[in-house]
Amino acid sequence: MEKKGIKIEDVHLSFGSTEVLKGVNLEIKPGEFFAFLGPSGSGKSTLLRAIAGFGPDPRGRILIGNRDVVGMSPWTRNVGMVFQSYALWPHMSVRDNVGFGLKERKLPTSQIRPKVDAALDLVDLSHLADRMPNQLSGGQQQRIALARTVVVEPEVLLLDEPLSNLDASLRVQMRRELLRLQRQLGLTTIFVTHDQEEANTTSDRMAVLDGGVIQQVGTPQELYDTPANLFVANFLGTANILEGRVEVDGADARFVTKTGDPLSLPKGAVTSGSNIVLRPQNISITKKAGANALEGKILHKEFLGSQIRYLVAAGGTEIVVDQSHSAGVDGFDTGALVHLQANTSGAVVL
Amino acid sequence: MSLTSSSDGQRPGLADRLPSWLVPNLSGLHIIAIMIALLLIGLLLVPVAQVMIVAFQDPATGAATLQNFVDFFGSALFRESSWNSFYVSAMSVVVATAIALPLAYITTRFHFSGSILIQSLGFIPLIMPPFVGAVAMQLIFGRNGTVNLILRDNFGFSIPFMEGLNGVILVQSIHYFPFILINLSASLRNIDRSMEEAAQNLGSHGLRLFRRIVFPLAMPGYIAGAALVFIKVFDDLGTPLLLNVNNMLAPQAFLRISSIGISDPMGYVISVILVVFSVLSLWASFLFMRGKDYATVQKGGGGIAKRTLKPAEKALAYGTVIFILLLVLSPHIGLLLLSFGTIWSFAPLPDGYTLQNYITMWEGSKTFIMNTILYAGIAATLDVIIGTAIAYIVIRTNIFGRKALDYLATAALAVPGVVLGIGYLRTFHQFDVPFTGEPMASWWVIIALALMIRRLPYALRACTAALQQVSLALEEAAESLGATKRRTIQKVVVPLMTGGILAGFVTSFATAAVELSATIMLVSSNNDAPLAYGIYLFMQTPSGRGAGAALGIVAVIVVAIGTIASQIIIERDKKLKASSGDH
Ligand SMILES: Nc1ncnc2c1ncn2[C@@H]1O[C@H](COP(=O)(O)OP(=O)(O)OP(=O)(O)O)[C@@H](O)[C@H]1O
Ligand SMILES: [Mg+2]
Repeated sequence: MEKKGIKIEDVHLSFGSTEVLKGVNLEIKPGEFFAFLGPSGSGKSTLLRAIAGFGPDPRGRILIGNRDVVGMSPWTRNVGMVFQSYALWPHMSVRDNVGFGLKERKLPTSQIRPKVDAALDLVDLSHLADRMPNQLSGGQQQRIALARTVVVEPEVLLLDEPLSNLDASLRVQMRRELLRLQRQLGLTTIFVTHDQEEANTTSDRMAVLDGGVIQQVGTPQELYDTPANLFVANFLGTANILEGRVEVDGADARFVTKTGDPLSLPKGAVTSGSNIVLRPQNISITKKAGANALEGKILHKEFLGSQIRYLVAAGGTEIVVDQSHSAGVDGFDTGALVHLQANTSGAVVL
Repeated sequence: MSLTSSSDGQRPGLADRLPSWLVPNLSGLHIIAIMIALLLIGLLLVPVAQVMIVAFQDPATGAATLQNFVDFFGSALFRESSWNSFYVSAMSVVVATAIALPLAYITTRFHFSGSILIQSLGFIPLIMPPFVGAVAMQLIFGRNGTVNLILRDNFGFSIPFMEGLNGVILVQSIHYFPFILINLSASLRNIDRSMEEAAQNLGSHGLRLFRRIVFPLAMPGYIAGAALVFIKVFDDLGTPLLLNVNNMLAPQAFLRISSIGISDPMGYVISVILVVFSVLSLWASFLFMRGKDYATVQKGGGGIAKRTLKPAEKALAYGTVIFILLLVLSPHIGLLLLSFGTIWSFAPLPDGYTLQNYITMWEGSKTFIMNTILYAGIAATLDVIIGTAIAYIVIRTNIFGRKALDYLATAALAVPGVVLGIGYLRTFHQFDVPFTGEPMASWWVIIALALMIRRLPYALRACTAALQQVSLALEEAAESLGATKRRTIQKVVVPLMTGGILAGFVTSFATAAVELSATIMLVSSNNDAPLAYGIYLFMQTPSGRGAGAALGIVAVIVVAIGTIASQIIIERDKKLKASSGDH
């Protein structure tokens, strides 16, 4: 089957008088595994449901392939959706659940059976075909829900936090399986999550949402390395954000913190903005002063195993620093006066 | 401390020298439990068992036999009655479903401004005893009733709504459909929205979606309601009797006993069949519902998604709802008209309006009303006392056999009023009332006791719920301060249960006040008759119908006030408990 892309153009959506989506623009390529990431209440589910046709009608256009689906009934869209709660019908066996969509499409029974078997095979659960949903574990229910959706060969696959009801170890296993399945079927997929690790490990590209607005779109690495704004910087991983200003001196640019400490910026870096983003692993703690270094005092220390995480008062704020740990090395004590050496080669100024 | 018991250790008495199992150490609660057990055995188990036994006895010799059942099924009248009872019950379920389903569907699935109206109007039929509405329905839907007169004058045809069994079906389904409405709506509301959305997502919609997903998920609630309707209709005596439909089982039992006498075995055989059918349908519905708890609402997720109706759909919805409401309210409207009407015959409406019926009613039924207050008062008082005691024993003690007490009290639900009435007649005619020497079966106290047994399950539920809200810690606190069990119950537990007990009392009183099927068997003289029987007497003659309707209105008002009062009490109690739980 030909893969379809999804294009979302200036979509606004309100519940009554509260606007939940405020002009969303997005293009998802055919066959892509795309994640919506954002804090609770940011509108991820609302956007996903709008694509499937649930909830109030949005303004704007939602194109699947070349077809604008806004205003179309959910049952005519041929969009597959897997619900957070799985929504397996408790009065139907696994086989009937999976076969439901095919029956609705008026397929002859002789064709339904092999298709259902194939779908169950795909998720490795053929042996459970005659069980009732309440006799399945969470992970099994999840896979049946997936099979029920893909068996009708939808044009795109929408997953709303499909892993959130599973326990941690199963979650890791299922997300790999999900990715394998997606690759195998080549289905354009949107995956909603508020877990960045989940988004990072599975998606080709992702969109970070906040307050009903898309903050940034890109590959997980792009978003982490070059966040477009402070929200994205903070939301993906831990970020230290120092206020200050950029000073340009011929070909050299420096970021001067509030406390007056200069940090040299790499050539070609952005030269406007009043914040610099430093990741904890790009700072090292030393005893002696040097270039690109800030004076500080260690406030707190956490032993994390492979790393030691320090909280250091420096540059007019509190800075998180991760130092890798090797056996027998004690590191610095709380209260110690130290210098922070910033590796600014990948630093972002916003 | 002075509160501790007896003079231990001094002078061993006879009891101390006997083996301990001969003199069990009985606490006050044990004694109460035993007394209640004896009461339930005497007033429920023995009479019902008596009925069962007589059904299998040769009336002449007393030997065990199946001959009575052979005779029963050998009689064309009884075979017809059995079939009719079954047919009427099944059709009542069908018609009640036809009424309840659209209402439940519209209110739970759409944004519909009339929803609250429907949900509360759904209770209205239940506050009127069905036999009260039956006569009014005759006047509206009967052969020469309002609707058919209008039809015949304008269109030249009429519809036999009230002819024979049709009348019983119509009256019963209008009266009992709320059981289905309430249960079905609750089930529908418990279906998670994603259940339906998943089906839409896979291409299903409209009626097909309702048939394949929504209705099956609501099935447990529907079956629970439908089984109740079936049993209630199957057992009901008042409605067929008032509509003069005698070829059904309950009226046959009544007629045999009241005309031939208590030694005629057929009344007993019918009773056995009624009980067996009640138990079987309950059992079948339990079997069906086992393992089918489909309440699928997720934490935080809404129930089924409500949709806004398009204008045309809205008109259709309102049309349906108004039509059904008119139908449902027709007994009330008819009764009201009848009670204020002068003459109402062969006319769409009464000829004129008057208060005379109420005056006649008041003069002719003071005794009925006083009797009702007395009987229902005694029944409801005993119900809450026994209900509280059983609830306490079941929840807070580990007295041996406490569950059996609970089951026994609840079993009264499965005993049709006619059966209990027959059982009482049979059991108590052998005893005389102390001092006066008249036979016990015709003593008015027996009527009050029958009402008490019939309403006990409801009172017990109310008391159990009330006790469950009283924290065990409060009780333990009182005991740790040195209060005895008895004083703790008196001073702490019962006062905290007051709201629930009061609600139980009011419901028991209101429903006992209009009970007919057991009382009609037990009333021996008009002086002993309660209100429901009074209505029945009035309705027997065309001239008494107006006054009967006025008395019916009184009954409706009594039950309505009772229902509303118990709701208010329960709500206030809840608020009180909630606010005191805050700190
Ligand atoms: N049916 C509704 N009626 C009114 N407001 C709603 C409704 N559904 C969602 N909202 C609001 O829309 C906003 C976005 O909700 P949405 O469910 O899309 O968030 P989300 O990003 O999926 O969050 P989560 O991670 O918690 O699932 C929230 O502020 C929410 O309160
Ligand atoms: Mg969500």
